[in-house]
Amino acid sequence: MKLTLRIWRQKDAKSKGAFVTYTAEADEEMSFLEMLDVVNEGLIQRGEEPIAFDHDCREGICGTCGFVINGRAHGPRERTTVCQLHMRSFQDGDTLTLEPWRADAFPVLKDLVVDRGAFDRIIAAGGFIASAIGGAPDANAIPIRKENADLSMDAAACIGCGACVAACPNAAAMLFVSAKMGHLAMLPQGQPERMDRARAMVAQMDAEGFGTCTNHGECEAACPKAIRMEFIGRMNADYVKASLTGGRRAAGSEGGSG
Amino acid sequence: MELKPNIPDGPIEKKWDRHRFEMKLVNPANKRKYTVIMVGSGLAGAGGAAAMAELGYKVKCFCYQDSPRRAHSIAAQGGINAAKNYHNDGDSVFRLFYDTVKGGDFRAREANVYRLAQVSVNIIDQCVALGVPFAREYGGLLDNRSFGGAQVSRTFYARGQTGQQLLLGAYQALERQIGLGQVEMFPRHEMQELVLVDGKARGIVVRDMVTGEVETHLADAVCLATGGYGNVFYLATYAKGCNTTAIWRAYKKGAPFANPCFTQIHPTCIPVTGEYQSKLTLMSESLRNDGRIWVPKAKGDKRAANEIPKEERDYYLERMYPSFGNLAPRDIASRAAKRVCDEGRGVGPTGFGVYLDFHDAIERLGQKKIEEKYGNLFEMYERITDEDPYKVPMRIYPASHYTMGGLWVDYNLMSTIPGLFVLGEANFSDHGANRLGASALMQGLGDGYFIIPYTIGNYLAREKFPAVAADHPEVRAAEKAVSDRTERLLSIRGKRTATSFHRELGKIMWEHCGMARDRKGLEHALGKIPGLREEFWKNVTVPGSGRELNQSLELAGRVADFLELGELMCLDALERDESCGSHFRLEHQMADGEAKRNDEKFCHVAAWQYTGEGRKPDRLVEPLVYENVELAVRSYK
Repeated sequence: MKLTLRIWRQKDAKSKGAFVTYTAEADEEMSFLEMLDVVNEGLIQRGEEPIAFDHDCREGICGTCGFVINGRAHGPRERTTVCQLHMRSFQDGDTLTLEPWRADAFPVLKDLVVDRGAFDRIIAAGGFIASAIGGAPDANAIPIRKENADLSMDAAACIGCGACVAACPNAAAMLFVSAKMGHLAMLPQGQPERMDRARAMVAQMDAEGFGTCTNHGECEAACPKAIRMEFIGRMNADYVKASLTGGRRAAGSEGGSG
Repeated sequence: MELKPNIPDGPIEKKWDRHRFEMKLVNPANKRKYTVIMVGSGLAGAGGAAAMAELGYKVKCFCYQDSPRRAHSIAAQGGINAAKNYHNDGDSVFRLFYDTVKGGDFRAREANVYRLAQVSVNIIDQCVALGVPFAREYGGLLDNRSFGGAQVSRTFYARGQTGQQLLLGAYQALERQIGLGQVEMFPRHEMQELVLVDGKARGIVVRDMVTGEVETHLADAVCLATGGYGNVFYLATYAKGCNTTAIWRAYKKGAPFANPCFTQIHPTCIPVTGEYQSKLTLMSESLRNDGRIWVPKAKGDKRAANEIPKEERDYYLERMYPSFGNLAPRDIASRAAKRVCDEGRGVGPTGFGVYLDFHDAIERLGQKKIEEKYGNLFEMYERITDEDPYKVPMRIYPASHYTMGGLWVDYNLMSTIPGLFVLGEANFSDHGANRLGASALMQGLGDGYFIIPYTIGNYLAREKFPAVAADHPEVRAAEKAVSDRTERLLSIRGKRTATSFHRELGKIMWEHCGMARDRKGLEHALGKIPGLREEFWKNVTVPGSGRELNQSLELAGRVADFLELGELMCLDALERDESCGSHFRLEHQMADGEAKRNDEKFCHVAAWQYTGEGRKPDRLVEPLVYENVELAVRSYK
């Protein structure tokens, strides 16, 4: 099949970018990124700069890849990262517009490559369970209801790709943040830090310049791992509770006189 | 040079305890005075960096990905082994140890494997404490499944995303330390050179992959946890960025490379479809719990799978290995698949494929149960092939998946270069000539969480570390080597892309140093690779400059190293004139086609030491002694 590609080209973070048009030949068994590989091989051979795009595992789990195809993050197929998208999802003669994730918190580094360091900083602020390595009790010491473990896993499946932010008209990161909060809040091990975590992660999310959720639901539609907006509801509940209790901790948690 | 494995004395079950007691400790207040570099942020890297930071060391952690959460440990699907015996089915530390030594076809170091089996128990506890949502039963306790090479259920899992969940646990522990200022993280930085001062590893030179800046980072010790080198085959289940550069630089600075020819070809991957193919995708071994592998009995049978009646199918693993059946170890299952395809009984458009069929399991357990266990894998398969594995059997074929070889390390995970530690898949130590399923995650986290935090202290406490000046001649020389190499790659401006060289190398390696090897083929490959490498340095084209984000430059540097490593692999495969585990020399097989070891001549680790450009490296030997598992013919029948 023959395709026309309009691709965002931008030399670096400081330069202005623009769309450049290319033509591509593809075979329907190819993955989308393999189609771009072939375009790039041709560009290199002609002495031109290949199109920079992030990718790594190419099996939809590392979360490295991702750009917008015709206005949809990761392209037209639901629950599919762009590396798992195959050319059979397109028709001969299609024109495809490719652009990077657009969000103030994700500056473009080059072409389709963006900086998602903001996500790491949100995790560093509170997206963890502080359990010193070496001091863990037996793994079966605390049984966990299967339903809770399953729900926790549903949220933990997030790959941190950033499609939710790219899809959101407000460039909000709430699906990402709520997925991590939900994953940890469903587990008994996640309880002691639950309220602190809610406050810290939300504060960092705001500091990074992400927007706020206004219930468009685009994030859920774009999410390649089908993370549900229900977690945003749970996050809001935790955040409200955490805010109402302020910085105060429960009585007795300040330690003894020893 | 003599390889000193530094295995502690005493009975095997006491070695690690005794060693931990005998190690020198660094006083808690002094730990902050030491800086440790960690290259890589997978299970071993992130786990080790977090654990050392928790102890109080200053850690600098580097990864080529845009975030430490993306290291390729994330792609492991099936599970992680641990000798918990939660199911009362006869498991024990000794049994896990025994299975791993046997699975590795008696080419692993006993003491290391035993320690791994011991810490496996702590790993699961630690992961649960960090919030890993392992699969659970209705009673709330942890669920298990079986993996190849074992007759007990000891594999813990989180749906088909176990590696992802374990890595996120380690990554979150790492991010916590980053937030606390104990770890300084350098994503999108690639190690290009190792800095040795007075013979000790004291730093690394890295390239900032966004700005192209060449930077030196100095420290008191360097840990490499940079994963395996299986992308030497071009088509592999590895992430596209996985490479050998860090360990190859260390090799060229004097660290011996052990058993480079021990590479695992995983039996269950989605077959190749075309020339443009960029990678192969694994379908977890856990699928062999419920999937049955078969091909038609007749050659060239082109009927659709469901039109072939049961009696005309050959469930060859069940037939050949009745006691392990579809759960035979990976090397054995891969070779069996190759054999039936070479006989002309392979399926699919290319004839290089076998069926992995869930029909019976769906009938027995219902589609819902299968979906719960393997849903994401089935979906991934459908995305790639456009076929629904609930209705038609999957087609699978072996692919490069893991490398048992790696930098040689002693019991402390230290190479022969003082202060250079090597963790996880990057070292050679625990899996011998074949790794069992669900053991890579175990080793990565074992090395990172539970071994390096002890052994690093023992090293730091015993040595003195005079400050190294930023303009030390060794630092300057390493920086210059990096800049010169980049310049050289950019100045060739030839006609072929780095990918085309990589693909050509991969074909040579797959053909002659893949699932089956022989003298003739290996000699042929050894004749071809130097020529290909020479052409690369004359005719590769790398657009752009070194002072920017340049993915072509990154790739070219990695391919250049694969072109050298490939030759070493073939040399190692040639000199190891026996078959063992994954290393199958056609000249050495039993009457039934099983690998035939030669313990008299090859019951050892072969570690290659670099001797200079264009010279044959020295083959050093570490004899392997089996005191606890009887050296025997491996049988899974």
